[in-house]
Amino acid sequence: MTQVITIHPVTRIEGNARIDIQLDAAGEVCDARVGISSLRGFEQFVVGLPAEEIPRIVTRICGICPWMHHLAAAKAVDACFGASLPPAGHLLRELCQVLAHIHDKILHFFFLGAPDFLIERDADYSVRNIMGLVQQQPELAARVVRMRQLGQVMLERLAGKAIHPVAAVAGGFARPLGKSERESLYLDGQQLLDFACFALEFAKKEVFPQFLEVFAPVGAITTGFLGTVDQYGHLRLYDGTLRLMHPDGRVEEFAAPAYEQVLAEEVVTWSTAKVVYAGSWGEGLSLDPASPKGVYRVNTLARINVCDQIATPRAQVELEEFRSRFGRPAQHSLLYHWARLIELVYACERVLELLGDERIVDPVVRAPVTPQAGRGVGHVEAPRGTLIHDYTTDENGCITRANLIVGTTHNIAPMNVSVRRTAASCIQAGRVDDEILNRIEMAVRAYDP
Amino acid sequence: MKGRRRPRLSFVWLQACSGCEISLLNSGERLPDLLNKVEIVYFPLLMDRKCGGEGEFDLPEADVGFVSGSVSSDEHLTLLYALRRRCRTLVSFGTCATHGGIPALRNRWSAEATLETVFPGTPGQPTLPAEVPALLDRVYSVDEKVRVDFCLPGCPPHPETIAAVIETLVTGEQPRLPGKSVCETCPTIRTGEMHRTVRRFLNNAEYNSEEPVERMRCLLEQGLLCMGPVTVGGCGGPATPLCVQARVPCRGCYGPVRSEGNQLLDMLNVLASHGVDHRSIVDRQSLLRFSGAHGLLRSVRKTEGVVLMSEKGNKKSS
Ligand code: SF4
Ligand code: SF4
Ligand code: SF4
Repeated sequence: MTQVITIHPVTRIEGNARIDIQLDAAGEVCDARVGISSLRGFEQFVVGLPAEEIPRIVTRICGICPWMHHLAAAKAVDACFGASLPPAGHLLRELCQVLAHIHDKILHFFFLGAPDFLIERDADYSVRNIMGLVQQQPELAARVVRMRQLGQVMLERLAGKAIHPVAAVAGGFARPLGKSERESLYLDGQQLLDFACFALEFAKKEVFPQFLEVFAPVGAITTGFLGTVDQYGHLRLYDGTLRLMHPDGRVEEFAAPAYEQVLAEEVVTWSTAKVVYAGSWGEGLSLDPASPKGVYRVNTLARINVCDQIATPRAQVELEEFRSRFGRPAQHSLLYHWARLIELVYACERVLELLGDERIVDPVVRAPVTPQAGRGVGHVEAPRGTLIHDYTTDENGCITRANLIVGTTHNIAPMNVSVRRTAASCIQAGRVDDEILNRIEMAVRAYDP
Repeated sequence: MKGRRRPRLSFVWLQACSGCEISLLNSGERLPDLLNKVEIVYFPLLMDRKCGGEGEFDLPEADVGFVSGSVSSDEHLTLLYALRRRCRTLVSFGTCATHGGIPALRNRWSAEATLETVFPGTPGQPTLPAEVPALLDRVYSVDEKVRVDFCLPGCPPHPETIAAVIETLVTGEQPRLPGKSVCETCPTIRTGEMHRTVRRFLNNAEYNSEEPVERMRCLLEQGLLCMGPVTVGGCGGPATPLCVQARVPCRGCYGPVRSEGNQLLDMLNVLASHGVDHRSIVDRQSLLRFSGAHGLLRSVRKTEGVVLMSEKGNKKSS
């Protein structure tokens, strides 16, 4: 007789996911699935709406990273309407994006991920979380809470709304940045950078050594990677070329509007999110952990792997250390957390760089746009991975068709492979306990759906 | 709830984006203190407790349950019933829960039409994920399905409001919510002179960027569709409404001023009483963008929906 073990809901992640693990008669894992169980239908309900309204509707796909949907949508609408933005429009948008990355990475590492590493592994569920951290390490927790908050407050000052933002508008940005505002943001940005460097040092001392030892078998798989780089091969979050790296190291680059020629989508029975795979490799899709096919990963580790360099100094030093330890591409899933903190450093440095650019205080922030028929693909690197919004408009500039590929969707395939591998290595003869189930969840939390 | 025991709080999400929960985390300095005052017994974003597998949800008992998100699948419904059974006071947390929110925009179509669009298979034979919870015929707000003790609208609600509501609920008092409109909390200049038509937001409002928002002319008077008059205030806390701070018009995300109000009818009234031609609005149904539950947004019949979709682009809507 076979048995199914269900973890539902997967906790300390954003959104609704479940894991079903199938055991055979001997109690060994024969299959495992991670699925997203909730369908909203954004592709449906944006149809008919004026395109310029979409950037402030699709934010509701995710309350943790609404800025990413806001910006990818704004870029797609710009493209539908043939808008070309004044430089300040792009700089302000990117500033918001990197600030949003900062809050997300602090949240993900300390609130969602770190309790697995900072609190004893056999601790009860009631303390193995941020509330437990507040009690066990009040000073650290207070600083973490304060810094995440600071990023959010900076966003509010700059853009009004931080959760479900409105300031990126078709053709640019809704308001210019004043000179004195810029100075105060700069000072806050320096505080964030100090914290980011502290967080990475702290994690290298207190967190990573034990997790690399203890959790070594968790979700180790071999896949390709997808991320965004500029023309010099430097890591980019806001714009650039998509770079897809095959597990054997070979890369192909493509512009976001060509995504359909490279990536393929497949509907599966167990998830409302379609599974995306690398169609251009011509090998189809297989989620078998022994030899996955078509499977690539996105998100922090992927970006750190595909880029040749990071253009900001401290993050580059960290990248070099990371590469010297783990090689390129690094395949271990738990390294997502390490890569996440390197990106945190990059995002903070980038905040200061953007604020240091004279053009960012230019009062001209928006080009007027004219609604028209067209098609536009907008993409950004979201904390959870490459995000693609693809819209078509009619002659009134209203949406006739939309296709969205969100970060989590790219990672559905590798998450399935990781979870199956983890489950197979932790579950023997049908024996499971809370710690084993939590380890399986950790394989999902590393990706951060 | 006054005894020595810390009040037990449960947070459950349905068709939600987690923005409501993130907003709670944004209460900043107050947060550690708040977390110490209560005992959180269930909160999937932050803690590991599992509530069940197939069909049944075994939620822990709680004094106050917060439910965010709207009700759109049979699984949401089961979870919501379980929560109602297990908590003494139930709070609808955020506009999705109180009025349907953005997910209820799907109510303009039937569930089948939505599935056909999201999973286009061969015509008439869409490939659907079969092993996921079934969609309900439409998206419901929480109070349409269970008794609700307290509604806290906002997409998301302001962190200070959430913190204040938790603090009062745990002392057993009845929290108070702002009943004013967004306009009443908005400092822009109003002259009573309105633009005769409503224009799309294709270029920025007129204002001097060197001057504070208090010196900007009301966006609605400038001819931009600003839903401030028919939307309940509080998004900016004691300060300027958040979108107006960004010099962007309000789209109504806190829901109607009176909880049973209708943002569409109320807004058309405001426009008509100022002599503004409401036909200049491109998409009137989006005045219900955040409050389409309670049967306010209704689906066109399935076949009509399909025709409308396939003919878009070569047929002007009449
Ligand atoms: S009310 Fe807004 S913030 Fe809250 S769950 Fe709904 S969409 Fe998200
Ligand atoms: S209509 Fe908009 S801009 Fe005018 S007062 Fe109301 S909220 Fe403010
Ligand atoms: S101004 Fe209106 S749309 Fe903007 S946050 Fe406030 S209530 Fe929501």
